[in-house]
Amino acid sequence: MKPPPFSYHDPGTVAEAVDLLASLENAKLLAGGQSLMPMLNMRYVLPDHMIDLNRVEGLDYIRETGDGLEIGAMTRQRAVESSAEVGRLCPLLSEAMPFVGHRQTRNRGTVGGSLAHADSSAEIPTVCAALDAVLTVRGRSGAREIAFADFAVGFLTTCLEPDEVLMSVRIPAWASGHGFGFEEFARRHGDFAIVSAAALLEAGPDGRITRAALTIGGIGPAPVRVAEAEGALIGQSGSEDAFADAAETCRGIEALDDIHAPACYRQRLAAVLARRALQKAWSRVGAH
Amino acid sequence: MSTHRNVSLTVNGTLHEKEIEARLTLADFLRKRLGLTGTHLGCEHGVCGACTVLVDGRSARACLMLAVQADGRDVTTIEGLAPSGEGLHPLQEAFRDHHGLQCGYCTPGILMTLVEFLRDNPAATEDGVREAISGNLCRCTGYQGIVDAALDAARRLGAADTATGGRGRDAP
Amino acid sequence: MSPKLMGESVRRLEDPPLLRGRGRFIDDIVIPGMLEAAFVRSPHAHAAILGIDASAALALSGIHAVLTLEDLKPHLRNEFLVVGLPSASYRQHRNRPVLAGKEVVHVGEPVAIVIAEDRYVAEDAAQLVAVEYDILPAVSDCRDALAEGAPTAHRDAEDNLLAALEMGYGEVDAAFAGAAHVFRESLNIHRGGSHSIECRGAVAAFDPATDQLTLWISSQMPHATLRVLVDVLGRSESQIRVIVPDVGGGFGPKLVVYPEEVAVSIAAIRLARPIKWIEDRREHFVATTQERDQYWEVEIAVDGDGRILAIRGEIIHDHGAYTARGINLPQNSAESVPGPYLVPAYRMGAKLALTNKVPVSPVRGAGHPQATFVIERLLDRVARELGLDRAEVRSRNLVPAERMPYTRPLKSRGGVPVVLDSGDYHACQRAALEAAGWEAFPARREAARAEGRYLGIGLANFLKGTGRGPFEAVTVRIGTSGRIHVYTGAAAIGQGTKTMLAQIVAERLGGDVGNVTVTAGDTAGTALGIGTSNSRVTVTAGTSAHVAAGKVRDKALAVAARMLDCAPEDLEIDGTEVRPKAAPGRIANVGLTLAEIAHAMAGTPGYTLPDGMEPGLEATEHVILNETPFAGGTAVAEVEVDPETGGVRILDYVLVIDCGRMVNPMTVAGQALGGTAHGIGNALYERMVFDENAQPLTTNLADYLLVSATEVPRIRILHLESPSPLNPLGVKGVGELGAIGAPAAIISAVEDALEPLGVRIGRTPISPPEIVALIERGRGQC
Repeated sequence: MKPPPFSYHDPGTVAEAVDLLASLENAKLLAGGQSLMPMLNMRYVLPDHMIDLNRVEGLDYIRETGDGLEIGAMTRQRAVESSAEVGRLCPLLSEAMPFVGHRQTRNRGTVGGSLAHADSSAEIPTVCAALDAVLTVRGRSGAREIAFADFAVGFLTTCLEPDEVLMSVRIPAWASGHGFGFEEFARRHGDFAIVSAAALLEAGPDGRITRAALTIGGIGPAPVRVAEAEGALIGQSGSEDAFADAAETCRGIEALDDIHAPACYRQRLAAVLARRALQKAWSRVGAH
Repeated sequence: MSTHRNVSLTVNGTLHEKEIEARLTLADFLRKRLGLTGTHLGCEHGVCGACTVLVDGRSARACLMLAVQADGRDVTTIEGLAPSGEGLHPLQEAFRDHHGLQCGYCTPGILMTLVEFLRDNPAATEDGVREAISGNLCRCTGYQGIVDAALDAARRLGAADTATGGRGRDAP
Repeated sequence: MSPKLMGESVRRLEDPPLLRGRGRFIDDIVIPGMLEAAFVRSPHAHAAILGIDASAALALSGIHAVLTLEDLKPHLRNEFLVVGLPSASYRQHRNRPVLAGKEVVHVGEPVAIVIAEDRYVAEDAAQLVAVEYDILPAVSDCRDALAEGAPTAHRDAEDNLLAALEMGYGEVDAAFAGAAHVFRESLNIHRGGSHSIECRGAVAAFDPATDQLTLWISSQMPHATLRVLVDVLGRSESQIRVIVPDVGGGFGPKLVVYPEEVAVSIAAIRLARPIKWIEDRREHFVATTQERDQYWEVEIAVDGDGRILAIRGEIIHDHGAYTARGINLPQNSAESVPGPYLVPAYRMGAKLALTNKVPVSPVRGAGHPQATFVIERLLDRVARELGLDRAEVRSRNLVPAERMPYTRPLKSRGGVPVVLDSGDYHACQRAALEAAGWEAFPARREAARAEGRYLGIGLANFLKGTGRGPFEAVTVRIGTSGRIHVYTGAAAIGQGTKTMLAQIVAERLGGDVGNVTVTAGDTAGTALGIGTSNSRVTVTAGTSAHVAAGKVRDKALAVAARMLDCAPEDLEIDGTEVRPKAAPGRIANVGLTLAEIAHAMAGTPGYTLPDGMEPGLEATEHVILNETPFAGGTAVAEVEVDPETGGVRILDYVLVIDCGRMVNPMTVAGQALGGTAHGIGNALYERMVFDENAQPLTTNLADYLLVSATEVPRIRILHLESPSPLNPLGVKGVGELGAIGAPAAIISAVEDALEPLGVRIGRTPISPPEIVALIERGRGQC
């Protein structure tokens, strides 16, 4: 299983990368390679040009911003996993990182690569959906910002234009003391999630939920924000019944059917994992 | 002619300069161009881990890297693990003592994975070892001999470290 | 004094080069001028080939040839690989062609071979070979294949029944008619592929000067490969040498001889260049044999105390599109259901269906995991229906130790009767139950239930005939260097063959395993050989090695006695020295080295050898062992099942193994552990999925799940040793045992955990969605 022939380009700047993307036919961007290289080796993709982003300057960083975090697209997953800033400002992402593949793949795999590949079973897109992440992309006509909800549009599909490169992701932090919980069910350690659930909660001094975010990964072509559940939780106290009821709404999400799991199983898992993620998030409210 | 590139990389401490096809994987570069056949191919889609090497000290699946991406980098393969001569690295000794290999095909990838893991986790636990090697498939051993060997190696390396005041670790 | 080596956990001779990455596997072999091959394979499960156009492929730079069956025919005496183990049960013969001619019958069937400068450009060219196919109806499910009016897997066939077999003994129907209880089960058993981490591969080199073809191949059976090549290529055995390098696992499918090695051999002859072909993982899914589905309808008749009166049933078995090995897999399954139990009357029939899928041949366990699953599920059913403890039911039915050797009135495939040679199955089960805490489990289960957790425990006894005969060749030779050389027809596939043989030989010849060099898997090493399969090597090669080493020892002592003017019984071999045993009055520092004795026996022109002595210091043995020692044991699995997700976690696993006298306990344990991990895969993870058009859907290791270290628990192994009376060392085989009991024990445990939810499981493997579906059905939902 050897890669097909291609012309190789390794630009040193984002501008060069954009120019290459805009001017070359049938070109693919290569980031960490953990998703693209298997497809290349199996000849599921046959690009004429590979544009390697690993030499592009300035895309590998984790930075605290005024209201949260900014992570460069070429930041290795491993760096995110071990980052103290991420642990402090975005603990949901920290909790999800050990589930992302294996150490060898996290050493090479990038945050931007995972987001641009847009596999809804992947942990990083699911978490970014819950966090209302904002992506910055650059194309021929300049840079623009895209809300995550608009970014992941379908199965392995984003709204990136053919000449656009993902530059960074900005994650607004939730209030200090917020609760977070990530749950996933996979067949083996490190596998893609069959279904995952990412939950975030904030509560007021009266112990009632003031803010909630719940995303289900792996169930549909893109991560699904469960607005119905989120809305149902506002104003509730953190009772088991409240979470169970909210989680039950996940059974109604339209679900994928494949050799690993039928649709009804995914729906059931979504409800179970959503409940567990919400309970875990609640147990952490006020703790930090 | 962007289908070919000149690369210059250090492998097990030796600098190599070659002209290669851009599509040549790092695994095939090591095996075919350098004759370092200790790095094995089991799946070529990044699941089995048999091709694991260290790139700048970090484990990576060599089947998922293009050799051109290793230009300027420092690669360590299984051939670079044992000290020169007839000796074995403590990890390799531990594998021998605990029957951590049978056919030996997955072994180089597992050893390189463990080199990184034990370096970063000197106080290794059984669960930690199993998680660390969960990206390396073995069909022969059932993993138990490997886990026993890794835990024993952690002890040996820790003892060596203590003996040399914390600087004696053999890991590359 | 010679140290004892039998029963010692000697560190393996194989390890140092493997640990250093200096093994020599098939893809490590590089010969100057070598070219690389890739195969054009059918993307269709069933189609007629209308034409093959290689012009675009040949136009690529770096392509040396594209060969089809037509191109190979001038070099073929036989277009088909006629390899099936003999049997009267065949209704039709379906041998594999060397390359597909006018019809393809499974996805992955090789159609043409591309020879190129390297594998990269070979694959480029293979994509450009234009094959015109006319798609034909494909048959996928083996039950559908046997239905009236089913499409035929082969165009010219009348039906898909490859073979039908039936076996049994005793008055089965009468036993059922008079039984206190009869229970029926429908069982659905699936196993997958080998998935050795190293796939297949071959390197062929032809030397026109000597007219010799050398084939290096990652194989379990070099001599069998040689014999097939002799038949197919029409060359004599002196013109072919087959060499097995280091092998990265075999597990059964590497004992099969495949079209690819024939095509590679002919290409090497035709192009007069060495040719290498390395199978990749995707090919392994569609071109290497595997196991698949068996559907069982079985009934058990018992008396009021749960004692078995009779078992009868029918199997439908998926054979695949061709016969790559034989019908031994379903034969083993049908034959082995009684296992370690007393079954007074028995009848089992099997229908083997042709389907448009890659051929089926044994994978580690070879039909015994299926048979064990069947009997163990039946006994669980009996226990439940009669309200008896599952261990108690088994205990009432196990063959008691005092009845050994126990003859079962059933004939094995070579006409050899089934005789259980030795073993104490009750002791095995007792030891396993005690180690697993079987008696205290109900308390553990209750405590867990109070926390809302579901725990279960399962038990399985298993048995396998090992050391399948009739022999394995071993030559033991001491050279004038004093080094002991061992040659064997067995192939080393990772199980520690060389260390095992070195221990056996060294124990008789000086006790230093470092002085023993073992060459396995080279047809130039021994004229005859059978190879590695059936957990046979320790028994067959071990016995021949032991006897041969004994003869060499006797000769060395006799010659030394002559040269030292004493009696042979006064001498011993210590390391490389032969000298008088310690005794009062012994003259110190008198002795000879093995080298000196070998020199003396090598002959010097004009000088006579000691009276009556044959030259040389060697012996070749093919000890005939027609009876198979039976090895087995007991497995107990404790699991937790999450009924919300269907996830299963194995909390504890106890395995008691009795493989007779152990040569090397460390490597025995390694075999048992590896086999158990494979069995866990067969219980919970591994499924080779095809769609209704016989298209394979799981063709990579992300979709087909092999267990990793986080899915396998720490396994506790206990050893019992019931020596076999059937060979001088008392040894039995072990390689497959771990895989045989695991699915039965685990499925039993999962069912036990979900008992409160009304779940019954009649299949293996079972996945989380399937578990959830059973729970919902048990609740009347879904």
